[in-house]
Amino acid sequence: MSRLYAEDLKVAYGEREIVKNLKIDIPDREITTIIGPNGCGKSTVLKALSRILNPKSGTVYLDGKSISKESTKKIAQKMAILPQAPDSPDGLTVGELVSYGRYPYQKGFGKLTKKDYNVIDWALSVTGILDYKERPVDALSGGQRQRVWIAMALAQETDIILLDEPTTYLDLSHQLEVLELLHQLNRDEKRTIVMVIHDLNHAARFAHHMVAMKEGSIVKEGKAEEVMTHKVLFDVFNIDAEIGVDPRTRKPVCLTYDLVKSEQYEKNLA
Amino acid sequence: MFKTKTKVINDVKVYSRPQVGMTILLLGCLLLVLSIGLAVSVGAAKIDFRSVWEAIFNYDASRETDRIIMSLRLPRELGAAVVGGAFAVSGAIMQGMTRNPLADPGLLGLNAGASLALALVFAFNLGSSYFTVMLLSFVGAGVGAGLVFGLGSMTRGGLSPIRITLAGAAVSALLSSLGEGVAIYYKLSQDLAFWTAGGVSGTNWTQLKIIVPVAVIGMMVSIMLSRQLTILSFGEDLAKSLGQRTLVTKAVLMTVVLILAGAAVSLAGAIAFVGLLVPHIVRFLVGTDYRWIIPCSAIFGSVLLVLADTFARTVNAPYETPVGAVVAMVGVPFFLYLARKGGRKRS
Ligand SMILES: Nc1ncnc2c1ncn2[C@@H]1O[C@H](COP(=O)(O)OP(=O)(O)OP(=O)(O)O)[C@@H](O)[C@H]1O
Ligand SMILES: [Mg+2]
Repeated sequence: MSRLYAEDLKVAYGEREIVKNLKIDIPDREITTIIGPNGCGKSTVLKALSRILNPKSGTVYLDGKSISKESTKKIAQKMAILPQAPDSPDGLTVGELVSYGRYPYQKGFGKLTKKDYNVIDWALSVTGILDYKERPVDALSGGQRQRVWIAMALAQETDIILLDEPTTYLDLSHQLEVLELLHQLNRDEKRTIVMVIHDLNHAARFAHHMVAMKEGSIVKEGKAEEVMTHKVLFDVFNIDAEIGVDPRTRKPVCLTYDLVKSEQYEKNLA
Repeated sequence: MFKTKTKVINDVKVYSRPQVGMTILLLGCLLLVLSIGLAVSVGAAKIDFRSVWEAIFNYDASRETDRIIMSLRLPRELGAAVVGGAFAVSGAIMQGMTRNPLADPGLLGLNAGASLALALVFAFNLGSSYFTVMLLSFVGAGVGAGLVFGLGSMTRGGLSPIRITLAGAAVSALLSSLGEGVAIYYKLSQDLAFWTAGGVSGTNWTQLKIIVPVAVIGMMVSIMLSRQLTILSFGEDLAKSLGQRTLVTKAVLMTVVLILAGAAVSLAGAIAFVGLLVPHIVRFLVGTDYRWIIPCSAIFGSVLLVLADTFARTVNAPYETPVGAVVAMVGVPFFLYLARKGGRKRS
């Protein structure tokens, strides 16, 4: 069994059940990417895995123990999550915000130790924002801000990192920078990474394990080659996709796609 | 646990702003001592600083100035200081907790609830001792806040800041009218009028002996929880992700708010704006880290109310102007200015 997995997960907002009987196993020391249309429950699953939402039934296990039974601070030392589009608190500086990533390790008044400062500086420098350390977070661009949040998750020094759409707001090269960074953390430090990502080609390129979701359940999971297929994309996104092989990375890529033209679609156009 | 490859990029750096925060805090303390000194010395009988010093540290009951200072002015100004600090800290906590820059005990039903409780206390003669009065005003504040949070969370989607504010406005209006109704029906307007406008005149040592420890403990707990509050102000998801037990934290913080606001209202009535205004001024000076906002709010809230009260009793002497009106007079324009300045960033 891997360190993080869930069984019979049922998650609801009020009476509305979003995720039903979901079983998910996050392979250790690998990168897992989750794809699926808007509103299909990707964030919901990520929140349930990271104890932000309490499942209606079912259990999430981390290191063999139910996460609802373990001390939440202990879990925060093993697993960090970057929620989708957090609002930035105005007035805090980048360094101050990232320093709160050390919270799970602090006791009492939370005076930062030399080790804390080193980790914070490391997190700031690998995300390329060391120069903005003294700047207020609200004076940064969307992309810079996104990197601050990633730095905060990194400062938590956890083996497992869950990220909900870490590349939104970023331009092409910064998207790749963030993904390369996560790739490097996985390759060199064997961290387990789970991310929700909308760009299918990025999802396929960086995944060891890919999960395609629709309406609260997993439609297909496995290697990128198994998930990035015409059939799966048709089922999940209702698109007619042309899949090729990336000449550089040898990973599957979606070259082009069309919406599947249903009668309803034609009617709407007319 | 694996080891992170840590490179020391530069020397240990400071990430919060302790120098700025500390300076502001110390200046604030100095300002507070000075304003209390000033407040005690001005009034119908002008008393110089030396006599104030003498009266406090070398009390002589045979001197009239000493008696004025020790039985009238000093308790009054200390009362103003405690009330101002308590309102400001509870406002700061509410703003962080609800992530709503407009949160204020006055806007969340606390003050109205406590005032209604006081009206009932007077109407039915329940206030056998000051302690019971204070206790009942906590209960009133609790009921007010409970109604606001209950109403706000009843609908789907739960407690959004805007919903809390709307529910707060509605509940406050309801409870204050009920309070006024009770006051009119039982002909309490004399007793209560000053209370609803807010004022610290007539504060005595017996009241202070109860309220000061309560408020000081409330403030200490707030300072101890200030780091938790900053984390909470990042949003519930992030707070949970960082390993905070958000439900417990919120419950404790809410209790502290009830105690502080309840204590303040029981002494001085509902003084609006202090809880809204002071944390904003303080944020302007020390940033958004509640580790600095809370202690600085306590000090500057005290300063504000001491000065406002001094102004209130001297501007139209021998008549007292309600201190709440003075605070609002200074507060509203300043607040509008801040809102205009900050609006660009916040949206
Ligand atoms: N707090 C909430 N209260 C009620 N319903 C919610 C809440 N959050 C999400 N939902 C609903 O749950 C469903 C799944 O939402 P979720 O955020 O998990 O989708 P998602 O796959 O992450 O979508 P996106 O790609 O747009 O981020 C949606 O239908 C959404 O409307
Ligand atoms: Mg989502």
